[in-house]
Amino acid sequence: MLSITLSLLPAGIINGLMFGAIYALVALGLTLIYGVLHIINFAHGAMLMLALYSAYFLFKVLNIDPYVSILIVTPASYVFGYTIYRWGIGKLSGGRDQNILLITLGLSIILENSALFFFTGDQQTISLPYSYESFDLGFLYLSYPKLISFVASLIICVLLWMLMTLTDLGKAIRAVAKEREGARLVGIDVEHVFAVTFGIGVACLGAAGCMLLPIFYVDPYTGNIFVIIAFTIVVLGGMGSIVGALLGGFIIGVTESVGGLLLGESLGQIGISLIFILILIFKPTGIFGSKV
Amino acid sequence: MKKINELLSGSRRRFMGQASASFALASTGLAVPHIAQAASAVKIGLIHPATGWAAFPAAQLRYGAQMAIADINAAGGIKSMGGAPVEAILGDSQTKPEIGAAEVEKMNEAGVDAIQGCYQSAVGLAASAAAAKYNIPFSIDVGVSDKLVQRGLPNVFRMADGYGRIAADASVNLAEINKAAGSPAKTVAIVHEESEFGTGTAKMVTKALASHGLDVIETIKHANPTRNFDNIALRLKAAKPDIIMPINYPGEYVLLAKTLRQQRVDFMASYSVLGGGFNFKFVEEMPQIAENMIDVNHWYNPSSSSGQAMRKRTEADGKYFTFEVYCAYMSVMFLADGFERAGTTDKEAVNAALSSSTLEVDFMPYGPTKMLNGQNMGSRAVAIQAQKGDVQIIAPSSYASANAIFPRS
Repeated sequence: MLSITLSLLPAGIINGLMFGAIYALVALGLTLIYGVLHIINFAHGAMLMLALYSAYFLFKVLNIDPYVSILIVTPASYVFGYTIYRWGIGKLSGGRDQNILLITLGLSIILENSALFFFTGDQQTISLPYSYESFDLGFLYLSYPKLISFVASLIICVLLWMLMTLTDLGKAIRAVAKEREGARLVGIDVEHVFAVTFGIGVACLGAAGCMLLPIFYVDPYTGNIFVIIAFTIVVLGGMGSIVGALLGGFIIGVTESVGGLLLGESLGQIGISLIFILILIFKPTGIFGSKV
Repeated sequence: MKKINELLSGSRRRFMGQASASFALASTGLAVPHIAQAASAVKIGLIHPATGWAAFPAAQLRYGAQMAIADINAAGGIKSMGGAPVEAILGDSQTKPEIGAAEVEKMNEAGVDAIQGCYQSAVGLAASAAAAKYNIPFSIDVGVSDKLVQRGLPNVFRMADGYGRIAADASVNLAEINKAAGSPAKTVAIVHEESEFGTGTAKMVTKALASHGLDVIETIKHANPTRNFDNIALRLKAAKPDIIMPINYPGEYVLLAKTLRQQRVDFMASYSVLGGGFNFKFVEEMPQIAENMIDVNHWYNPSSSSGQAMRKRTEADGKYFTFEVYCAYMSVMFLADGFERAGTTDKEAVNAALSSSTLEVDFMPYGPTKMLNGQNMGSRAVAIQAQKGDVQIIAPSSYASANAIFPRS
């Protein structure tokens, strides 16, 4: 039994990396919003669910491949996030962090129950013409959807990192994250930057939704399945760190996968909780504990 | 022995017409006009996981239960109680046992006369125990743990089968199918979800298979939800079982089936026991994966006119005809029959009436109803197989609509 498990380890690690990249993408939005706004977006899971449904209906109604619909869902998610922050969360919160928490919590309840009402609780999955095509690595068949999702997630992470480090917008976001009043004094429209950051965070979810749909299912509560993992990744990687989110995603993905192989798929989940506790005890700021 | 259409007395044409009209109203959320306003309503609490990962089966259960209630009211309510209409009180367990038990408390405050639920065995155990404090008649519509009816609670009943007898039937059916094919299968790998439903069923099946010469070489437990089945597929590939036996809820059932195909795992048959995702929707949406998959589950009797009519009616409403629909329908009819024969909502009297039920359910492949410690001994699960985009009963032979395709083509 042990020899079989050990022989499966390389495959387990690759599986973990594949899923880890998608976890990272979900965590990116969360960490970005935290890094700048210093709030946890409790509607993150519900927004991921909306992205999944958007990709699902684009596929079902217009027959648009989910990987192509990234080009539609991601900007649409950005607009949704920007709008909801600029004219919803930002206005209603009165600038108080605890109000933002409550508003995002309320928003998640509204979104999930609206989805339940309009889309029902039925779990929806899709089959693409290439769903069952795969690369044969000898010890593992790497399905095309998982491989595409992995590569696309990495590209988006790199693009986001470039946006944050190489552009004026990125500088403005980092300035607001570091010193809100100072940024305002040098002429940065802080409210606009907040809304842009929130929009980018939701756009990450838009992309993540399109990449998850071919390999998972969607129902009104699917988002929460991934957001619990995303919270762990954000804590592990360091709140506000893009590189931390990516690395954290890989670590959690591999931990989950290898833990499942060594301890069984049920008990193997314990590895994620263990990492979460150890990080909180020994390095509460996370691996890259700096802010954006 | 009382038949359901005797319970719903009146001409068939009148009954179907009234039932359709009142059920259409109920489906839109509008109040169903009661036949006899004078008699006070008999309240049945429906506890299901309306929100959370099991929201779809919960909606199906509510639909089936409300269809039955609409039919009863359209046919004149509970006649021995002056035509008392039946009224549903809805509860949401949110998939959590403690919430299920709390719903019972709320329903007791609201004066329910009986409760029905709860889909998950773990929730059913907690909720029915809470109902036992008040002796409220409790009918399990879906919930397979045998512990539900083995605690000596006089208020708990189940019309459908539990995992003990389903496991035994599944093993007998598999042995027969295997024997008919020349006994090519020797080994089985079980993949089950981690709660009472999956764990208990897996234990029962393992024991039952051994007596039929089938060796369980691997048992893999997984969490709810499981995001990725690749490792499980690889483990199965390494173990090389002849039969893969999933025992899990809908989302994981479908994900596992897809992953087995992606990882090109070779096996003779997927033979699930109470496979949550095996239904008309799965067969219709994923025919290339579903083809030749076998499941042992609650199923309707396709050769009965009432079963066919219920399926037609459900599909006309845009719903899938899943086992939750007819199990919930049957459960409400069972309770209504209890009230009818008791002639009162007195809990003691209703429990006594339910425990001596002989209700005939012809839309299910059941024998005569006979309650033994709250369990209907006439119930039975059947083996069904996806064949050419449809679902056929392949065992037992008395209800079979097609021969098994085994090993899969």
